[in-house]
Amino acid sequence: MKTLLKYREIWLLAAIVVLIGLISTRFPAFADPGNLRQVFNDTSILMILALGQMVVILTRSIDLSMASNLCFTGMVVAMLNAAHPAIPIPLLIVIALVVGLVLGAINGLLVWRLNIPSIVVTLGTLTIYRGATFVLSGGAWVNADKMSPEFIGFQRAAFLGIPVLSWIAILVIALFFILMTRTALGRSIYAIGVNPTASVYAGIDVGRTKFIVFCISGMIGGLAGYLWISRYVIASVEVANGYELNIIAACVIGGISIAGGIGSVGGAVLGALFLGIISNALPVINISPFWQMAISGSAIILAVVLNARGERQQGRIILRKMEAA
Amino acid sequence: MSDVPAPRHIPDRLDKPFRSAIFSWEALLVVVALAIFAINSFASPYFLDPYSLSDLTFNFTEKGLIAFAMALLIISGEIDLSVAAIIALASTMMGMAVQAGAGTPVLVAIGIVVGLGCGAFNGLLVTRLGLPSIVVTIGTMSLFRGIAFIILGDQAYKGYSESFAFFGQGYVWWVLSFELVLFLIAAVIYWFALHRTSFGRRVFAIGNNPVAAQFSGVRVGRIKFILFCLTGLMSGIASVLITSRLGSTRPSIAQGYELEVITMVVLGGVSILGGAGSIVGVVLAAFIMGLVTFGLGLLNVPGIVMSIFIGLLLIIVIALPIVWRRLRGGR
Repeated sequence: MKTLLKYREIWLLAAIVVLIGLISTRFPAFADPGNLRQVFNDTSILMILALGQMVVILTRSIDLSMASNLCFTGMVVAMLNAAHPAIPIPLLIVIALVVGLVLGAINGLLVWRLNIPSIVVTLGTLTIYRGATFVLSGGAWVNADKMSPEFIGFQRAAFLGIPVLSWIAILVIALFFILMTRTALGRSIYAIGVNPTASVYAGIDVGRTKFIVFCISGMIGGLAGYLWISRYVIASVEVANGYELNIIAACVIGGISIAGGIGSVGGAVLGALFLGIISNALPVINISPFWQMAISGSAIILAVVLNARGERQQGRIILRKMEAA
Repeated sequence: MSDVPAPRHIPDRLDKPFRSAIFSWEALLVVVALAIFAINSFASPYFLDPYSLSDLTFNFTEKGLIAFAMALLIISGEIDLSVAAIIALASTMMGMAVQAGAGTPVLVAIGIVVGLGCGAFNGLLVTRLGLPSIVVTIGTMSLFRGIAFIILGDQAYKGYSESFAFFGQGYVWWVLSFELVLFLIAAVIYWFALHRTSFGRRVFAIGNNPVAAQFSGVRVGRIKFILFCLTGLMSGIASVLITSRLGSTRPSIAQGYELEVITMVVLGGVSILGGAGSIVGVVLAAFIMGLVTFGLGLLNVPGIVMSIFIGLLLIIVIALPIVWRRLRGGR
């Protein structure tokens, strides 16, 4: 039983290893540790976002507004930095988290208090937050020359040979791992996805838990906002346009079931890495980047087909340890 | 998508006719539409000109055509996020045919066939393999548009003929554009299919309870497959219109349309959980979105700010009845 549940992540890991192997036949340097570190760093933001989306999808909801949240919060911190370069970066990150949290809480309140389906709420806020970015900035861009060197340099600084951006991703992965496997909240998130009605009888406040997951995905969106802007050193209304679907794609490839209740932190991370490896590999093996969309589309469809077969055989188990024992 | 929905009932016509007419979703939409129309006519002197009102219709006709089929699909409990990508792929194929010297009838046929084919592909994946449509169509969305990108790269196809331009730019009579006439004809056809035939009844039944529908002898898989094909077909037709109106094909054509179409459908009172909705509501929602976009355009409000209004409208219109019920003590 235990091995069955680990199944999906193991298969995905194997697929990633095979993928790297295939790429290195064409371009041997791709599998160098240094290059793989680079790929990890490039994929950091997508991994973080996929984790934020994961907790939402696990509760049978969906958050389409993450990329717009990223865009808005990124603009807020960029403008703050341009106006007051003296604000230390850690404080800016806290501000980004708070702004993201507020945007996420708006989604969460609408879902929790008014019981509007999350897809409708976040479809609305997707356009509202992006529009609000325009109102906030007056349509202007914030360019690299307006940003302070600390703002740009913070995530690039190496610590133990690894950039801070990667460390942030590792920290977020660790936090989510603890949340999902070691806390009552994590357990509730799984329970709601598997059976909302039973969760109510078990004393879980379904509405409040959904509110909390939207707050989490909002905070993640905000954090990613700062990271994205300082990485690509441009803040505009166009930032991360259409990226919400990439985030969901990473989750789907990672084996997180859209029907809720199935998925793991490892899966979300590996799903994001899979997409990151593809986008990193195409240029070095001389395939036009225009192939990327079709490849990730095929990967999504394949993943859904494989996962659906797994789900039917597996059934859904929350208490893995008790099953295994 | 959400937990335990409240029980819904199909027969909206069996309710008390007067009360349901006054307090219905459509009535709310009519009020909203009239309000926006009035604000627009005061805000800009150019608004009430017949020619400018005719221009307004181009804002919603193409998306509206897809919205009809999407409404049926969402009522049946499924969704299709790949419609804009189907437009891009169909448009790319038409562009290739133009380079090969194909005539206008061939182009239209290609648009329609590619649309149908993509819709059938979605339908097969969802019904044959029993996959969730939201993720399948996210996948096919990347796939279809991805193929368009592979074929086109950063190029654009041009060179569409004069005769082809009629579909997106021509007028049938005075200020009635071909697109608007098509939209109105499609509205009648879809209204009839959904509200006056057993097929429409079955679509509602599937959305309310697919298992019960299956046991009542409704061929759930087959009907869902037909609905996916219809959505693909309408996307193909929309692709002909858009390509003709723009006179060129880029792989980024119709970017973001899928979300606008779904917004239109939900704004029209179709339940995203399936089982409830009406074509009249979708027509009204199309008009409202067209009015908002056009009215703000006359006031020189940039497109991205308009999307704030559309988003707010969506959430407010959905939230209003809920808040209203709460205030009245709720049932």
